[in-house]
Amino acid sequence: MSKALATLVKTQFPEAVLETHAQFGDDTLVLAPDAWKKVARFLRDTPQASMDMLMDLTAVDFPDREPRFEVVAHFYSLEKGHRLRLKARVGDAEGDGAEIDTLTDLWASANWLERECWDMFGVVFKGHPDLRRILMYPEFEGHPLRKDYPADKIQPLVPYLDIENIEKLPPFGPDEGMSFGRQTHAEREDEGGIEDKRDS
Amino acid sequence: MEPLDLPLDESEIELATEPMLLNVGPSHPAMHGTVRVVMELSGENIERCDVQVGYLHRGFEKMCERGTWTQVFPYVDRCNYVSPMLNNVGFAMACEKMLGILVPERCQYYRMILGELARMSDHLTCDGAMAMELGAFTPFLWMIKGREMIWDLMEEETGARLTHSFGRVGGMAAPPTDGFKEHARAVKDHCLRIVEEVERLLLGNRIFLDRLEDIGVVPAADAISLGWTGPCLRASGVPFDVRKAHPYLKYGEIEFDVPVGQSGDCFDRFMVRIEELKQCGRIIDQCLERMPDNGPINVDDPRVVLPPKEDVYSTIEGTIQHFKIVMEGLKLPAGEVYSYTEGGNGELGYYLVSDGSGTPWRVRIRPPCFLITGGLERVITGQMIADVVPCFGSLNMIGGECDR
Amino acid sequence: MGELTPTTTQILEPGEGQGFATTRLEPLLAWAQKYSLFMYPFVTACCGMEFMAVTSPRYDLGRFGAEAPRFSPRQSDLLWVVGTIVQRQAPILKRIYEQMAEPKWVMAFGTCASCGGFYDNYACVAGIDKIIPCDVYIPGCPPRPEAVLDGLLLLQDKIQRGDKRPRIVKPRTDPVTNPKHGIVELRRSRNSRPIV
Repeated sequence: MSKALATLVKTQFPEAVLETHAQFGDDTLVLAPDAWKKVARFLRDTPQASMDMLMDLTAVDFPDREPRFEVVAHFYSLEKGHRLRLKARVGDAEGDGAEIDTLTDLWASANWLERECWDMFGVVFKGHPDLRRILMYPEFEGHPLRKDYPADKIQPLVPYLDIENIEKLPPFGPDEGMSFGRQTHAEREDEGGIEDKRDS
Repeated sequence: MEPLDLPLDESEIELATEPMLLNVGPSHPAMHGTVRVVMELSGENIERCDVQVGYLHRGFEKMCERGTWTQVFPYVDRCNYVSPMLNNVGFAMACEKMLGILVPERCQYYRMILGELARMSDHLTCDGAMAMELGAFTPFLWMIKGREMIWDLMEEETGARLTHSFGRVGGMAAPPTDGFKEHARAVKDHCLRIVEEVERLLLGNRIFLDRLEDIGVVPAADAISLGWTGPCLRASGVPFDVRKAHPYLKYGEIEFDVPVGQSGDCFDRFMVRIEELKQCGRIIDQCLERMPDNGPINVDDPRVVLPPKEDVYSTIEGTIQHFKIVMEGLKLPAGEVYSYTEGGNGELGYYLVSDGSGTPWRVRIRPPCFLITGGLERVITGQMIADVVPCFGSLNMIGGECDR
Repeated sequence: MGELTPTTTQILEPGEGQGFATTRLEPLLAWAQKYSLFMYPFVTACCGMEFMAVTSPRYDLGRFGAEAPRFSPRQSDLLWVVGTIVQRQAPILKRIYEQMAEPKWVMAFGTCASCGGFYDNYACVAGIDKIIPCDVYIPGCPPRPEAVLDGLLLLQDKIQRGDKRPRIVKPRTDPVTNPKHGIVELRRSRNSRPIV
């Protein structure tokens, strides 16, 4: 991460940069969402920055905040060896209206990264050539990594077999499995049982 | 199943020939793990293709938000499951970056040795599987034999062959065993001998070379723009290795080379991995020499490391410390961090967001082979069907890491 | 004493008579089937690595006649479901199972295929028996190759018995009734006595 780089961006786009910090040594800039593409393009094309790799693009959900999602992108420069993190806050409390520009025409890696972000969070990337689900199946409704999506809510594609209590189908019934432990004592009652040394 | 919903050009229809749609489905022997490639063929050439991943999406990032920081280790193990130690070490280092602690020297060497052995197991598997799919079954079996020996060592050290969840924040789960150094040296020597034998078998074989050379060429600019890192990027001619560019642990003090390819074809990707195996051997040698024989493995920080069991059972402070760390989780300071190491496939990054409690708020795993698989479309378009096999094999897509 | 008594209910195929030739034929067919299982390796995740290890020379699956992978469901009779099955993969698994011809068996390799593993979430199917009937469950994350071989032997016993019911299969030797279960006798040389 590089302090000089963060300062460069701040001087170039003073109205776009809302906050900066350098927690744990990682330089971070929080941008206004409209300036996302401008700043990214600047980072790629300016020789002092020359960020030729978009390492990662993801989002974080803060349901108590408004705007709710924080789109986070990490950039890296191969020749200079410096990194930068850009963030932008989008979306309202319901998760709608989360729109931001796509970076696909600047870096090819943005294609799949943005698709995953859309799939998991519902952040729309304006101008993306092919914004569809990538990790989940198209019939899935909802965006799983949002905090209000319950982790164990399943939407099965194949209806489960019609067996009683299939949700709680135990791997072992009382007469199955390894015959040691409590089952053993009951099983071997007729042979005299096993002495239970616990309560004396 | 979803159809290819890309519009067909008008000019392509006038001859009344339709391109054939071939679905190389999610359950296919040549697809390592589960990837679906829907191809539009014209004869044997691939005109267009749509790579669909997500058939192994197990929801790691959501699951991590439900436990504690230490409970993330089994999940990251199952990301890149051929080199799980590298994932463990990467995550442990991300947490340590947040805490601002540095593990003792002995632990750093220990992590490096086990990590490089895991990397060797990754490259052995990748190259062996690639050779097997091209018809060379024997090198695959030899490389699996080498991998079994590495797994024997892992089992002796960690207790499990594959998904050992051995890393901990602030150190490792257990100190090295007594015969560790000799065992590691013997394993490394044997694996390098196997690599030599495999080279002799394969590299003189005309058929093998013809099937790999000039197939799936990816120029450096494309690879960089696609976000490729690791052996695939180095095969395209870009000498970027996180261990050299941003040294962590003791990689800055060790001498090793970074193999770089020239043309970015499948053969280069294959050879880069073979050469990296040898470099792993060098690193392991130097680490084994330098690793101190006694000394602590875990950092001496009561916030993160479990106290020794005698203290837990006899003193009240030990009990409380143990309870707090296990039940509430490690308290990482609120904030966010991005930490990166060289995984088996490239830069393995962890972006952690913490809210100050023991439960992670967000654990983002930056998966190197997700981006590499994102480039698969570009690699195989224009190739023939039969070239998909070496192309895909050389990219080393690990389903667990790609889909998480 | 040590072998568990096999189940006594004989499952007859519909249309089978009880004559001498057919009762002799059934065990012979079962013997042939169990020692020549053609597998369909439906490999998804980390268990795939242990699957590769089982088929490799150290824990050779060929000793049991089961090493021939047939990548077409029409040509195989044992479906090895190796690794986690996620909701997206479930229709494909079901389709592969339906495309296999009778007689067919299903082996759940690993905890994820048996019961979902520790993935209690929106993405994973908690065990393949919710989708297709399963014959043998091999727990482990991933299971050791020896456990896989044990599971395969259990399946072979099951095939020999003609048992078609999907159920949990008990281990071959019962540790309660066989006190030496799991104890290996070591010998230093040919003439010395075993170290107990």
